[in-house]
Amino acid sequence: MTMELDGSQRRPGHHGEKPGPALVVEHLTKRFGSRVAFEDVSFQVGSGEVFGFLGPNGAGKTTTVRTLGTLLAPTSGAATVAGIELRPENGPAIRSRISIMPESPGLYLRLTVAENLECFARLYRLADRHERIERALRAVNLADRANDLCRSLSKGLRQRVALARALLSDPAVLFLDEPTSGLDPVATREVHELIAALKDRGVTIFLTTHRLEEAERLCHRVAILNTTMRLVGRPDELRAQLFKRSLEVRLRAELADPASVFAGLPGTEGWEASAPSSYLLTVADPDAAAPEVARALVHAGADICSITEPRHSLEDVYLQLVDEDVEAKRR
Amino acid sequence: MSFSWARVVGIVQKELRDYRRNRFVILTMAVLPLIFIIVPVVELLVIKVSVTSSKFDTRIGLALLYMLIIPAIVPSTLAAYSVVGEREQGTLEPVLTTPIRREELLVGKALAVLVPALGIAYVVFGIFLGIVALFAPPDVASAVFKGSRLLVQLLFTPLLAGWSIWVGIAISARSLDVRAAQQLGMFASLPPLVIVALMSLNVISPSLPLALGLGAALLALDGLGWRAVAAMFDRERLVTGGRD
Repeated sequence: MTMELDGSQRRPGHHGEKPGPALVVEHLTKRFGSRVAFEDVSFQVGSGEVFGFLGPNGAGKTTTVRTLGTLLAPTSGAATVAGIELRPENGPAIRSRISIMPESPGLYLRLTVAENLECFARLYRLADRHERIERALRAVNLADRANDLCRSLSKGLRQRVALARALLSDPAVLFLDEPTSGLDPVATREVHELIAALKDRGVTIFLTTHRLEEAERLCHRVAILNTTMRLVGRPDELRAQLFKRSLEVRLRAELADPASVFAGLPGTEGWEASAPSSYLLTVADPDAAAPEVARALVHAGADICSITEPRHSLEDVYLQLVDEDVEAKRR
Repeated sequence: MSFSWARVVGIVQKELRDYRRNRFVILTMAVLPLIFIIVPVVELLVIKVSVTSSKFDTRIGLALLYMLIIPAIVPSTLAAYSVVGEREQGTLEPVLTTPIRREELLVGKALAVLVPALGIAYVVFGIFLGIVALFAPPDVASAVFKGSRLLVQLLFTPLLAGWSIWVGIAISARSLDVRAAQQLGMFASLPPLVIVALMSLNVISPSLPLALGLGAALLALDGLGWRAVAAMFDRERLVTGGRD
């Protein structure tokens, strides 16, 4: 799938401002009465960055998007959205610089694709409406469906129309709230390709999702929210923060005395048996420790099947954090 | 950022397109006026001129009152749907994420209801007058075509529609259920009709100053109504459904 965008969508800071953070969020909190939606959330998103916002259902992801999109007023804290301070009186100005694609496309089903986009082009007061509509539809490969009624479109196509709608105004920040929620694998892949194309062209994207492979594949950095902010960083940074580095050793047969082989090995901080003939060694530097481990095993007469560094996925990071939260609540 | 008529036009155009393809709206726009034209036409065609003068006036007034029910009832149903209906369909949130101001959205919604409602009310009234002119007894026709009666009809049609629309949108903006909003909207649109009814039935003696006075009062209520509705329009409540 190809994506066609105009020049203004190809670089950060295309509205003429000095490129700076697209989003600055400081200690932002939103409560509904006594219920806390999210609390003390702080992060920054750079121009041209794709920022993943992860969290379980009810973590406050959508409420954060709605708050930054000026649909909800924060209870406390501060934020700057597309260079504009988040204040009630700045609502229309902020909304003119951003686009939000909600989880549900929210299209007018009795209107055609082009009529839907025309309505929104007028709401953004776009001078070159028809040109923009054509360009947005080409961007999502729907130029040939412009005159179709939206109710005749599949769920995946509706999602693409919603994405075209979000692209109409060349937003400084594009908020995508669970863009692949409820889509089949083919439609999901198409949406991923569209987002990847936007990423390649430097569009700042704030992506909320609970699909971890989606975040890992598409995002420069991710944040994990569970009412409070748990971690922010690149996926590999989060892995390093949360998990000690290790080596997984798989042998043909169990060692008679593993302690005598692994204890005191240079660079090895600890070990445990992970399966009958497998061992997990905690190491400071896997590249340095692996030859030492191999030598020790050969010396002990063991048949080595493999020595690998297990790679923790973002899912492991996420589940670890969520489990910690569940555990903390239990305590 | 100032009030933008371009955004209002965007909303009006979208709403009118949506109405045209909405069977419920077409039915509401067609069936209600049809009901309210059949009854008064039959009433006036069979009226006996020999009845007493007061009874005659009352029956003419009653027949004309039906014509004023159209601008009161037809827009209230649509207006009551306008906000809560969009919320239920999930189309309101994307609109609220655009730079549109609540005043622009509300004026757009109101105009989109007012234009077809007025069109229908005046067309139906024109048909009614045509039938009366062609088929009703001459005394009945001259009573219907009396200047003060026509003035009441022409003046109060947009004013009653305006009141119904603002009341309907206000209820719609605060409601979480389409059906409840429409029922309440229809009910709430009726009070001004009572005064018009009293004039039509000669309980209050209709006169030009009285009609103009009441018209001015309704105009003021319409003006206040839109400001009140704008104040009641709570973006946060509409987005969260008031459940959070």
